[in-house]
Amino acid sequence: MREIKADDITKTIANLFKHSCHYLPQDVLTALKQAREKEKSEVARDVLDKILENCEIAAKEQIPLCQDTGAAVVMLELGQEVHIVGNDLYAAVNEGVRQGYANGYLRKSIVRQPFSERINTRDNTPAMIYTDIVPGNKLKITVMPKGGGSENMSRLTVVAPAQGRQGIIDFVVNRVDEAGSNPCPPVIVGIGIGGTTEKTMMLAKKALLRKVGEPNRDAEIAELEKDILKRVNNLGIGAMGYGGTITALAVHIETFPCHIASLPVAVNMQCWCARHEDAIL
Amino acid sequence: MAQVKKVRLPLTNETLKELRAGDNLLLSGVMYVGRDAAHKRLVEAMEQGKPLPIDIKGLTIYFMGPSPARPGRPIGSAGPTTSGRMDAYSPRLIAEGLKGMIGKGLRSKAVKDAMVKYKAVYLGAIGGAGALISKSIKKAEVVAYEELGAEALRRLEVEDFPVTVINDIYGGDLYEEGKAQYRVKE
Repeated sequence: MREIKADDITKTIANLFKHSCHYLPQDVLTALKQAREKEKSEVARDVLDKILENCEIAAKEQIPLCQDTGAAVVMLELGQEVHIVGNDLYAAVNEGVRQGYANGYLRKSIVRQPFSERINTRDNTPAMIYTDIVPGNKLKITVMPKGGGSENMSRLTVVAPAQGRQGIIDFVVNRVDEAGSNPCPPVIVGIGIGGTTEKTMMLAKKALLRKVGEPNRDAEIAELEKDILKRVNNLGIGAMGYGGTITALAVHIETFPCHIASLPVAVNMQCWCARHEDAIL
Repeated sequence: MAQVKKVRLPLTNETLKELRAGDNLLLSGVMYVGRDAAHKRLVEAMEQGKPLPIDIKGLTIYFMGPSPARPGRPIGSAGPTTSGRMDAYSPRLIAEGLKGMIGKGLRSKAVKDAMVKYKAVYLGAIGGAGALISKSIKKAEVVAYEELGAEALRRLEVEDFPVTVINDIYGGDLYEEGKAQYRVKE
């Protein structure tokens, strides 16, 4: 058994949220620069220039990239040989969110009662925490400040297995088209296929954590990613919906076996401001 | 790229006549900030005939909820929120004299119709570019509904605040026109 102090988890979570709200991952920045080179619309190129300038200002002046510093999504991969000491694991995570959002001047965007009072909890807790138990004696922490604008454009459906590949393409492309300018394109489209409904939604979210544009290891799935990306970019929505040839930076698909009667498909939309960061304790 | 036009706030009908969907503008002057909760309170007060904390006539409203300001700065990150959530309230405010809305994302037909009928424009700010946009905000103060926190009604003084005209008073719509231009038929 290896001991990990709850305090260290709290500190790590606080630092990850603060840092990730000011610095985009290098692969996201590279994808945005490549989009700037490839984009045919002058109006959209101007938007991408301002987006890249925004990233420089955020880092230099310590102003969050986007004022929506998100719901605090936290994914834990907990080694089964780890023993957490000093506090409950989830209490330690929430304390990290509390500290990171307060000290980092990040916006608190969580309301307690979702459909009536909607009173702000004022510390951005509770975090959305997901834990996988894995072999080993380490704890991997991934944080993802997830903005409301893109999250609201996410959707889940269950297509008939007979509709197969085409059914998946039609659902996803139609979703991106309907979402239009709302999710702050150029987007990353996270897609889950298979599993049960809650499982496929998680697959779609985890697909967003992959390095931008890195294809799925399975050739057939990678081919589907390529086909959907082409269709999505043919929609013409462009950066911020002002018209253009780059509506999505990438399409990422994750799959899982599913029931004989089902073919669940989930889309989790990610704005261009694709913030996430991880650390291993 | 079309030339960037410098525009003084408040917007007048004379200014609005010159604006077309797709124009890039730099706004200077005073605008107000409100999101869902502030809109709900404004429209409820109007319906109950109660006095409003601000004059709607000639107003430009920015759909935004900032991150907290660091000490010594007027505001934190300050990019637009999704405008569609204000669709339920905007037509009523436009009829009352609202001239400009700044946000991002699609608007309903009712809002677009009201913009043509009463002469108002919808301006797009770049979603996610809250750090960049914050540089053009020189002063910010809460004027009402302070208890709403990030959703309070704020008064901003801005200089060269960058926006793009999405909907003009002639029915022009950049989202429709831009998409049509680059759409590839399958």
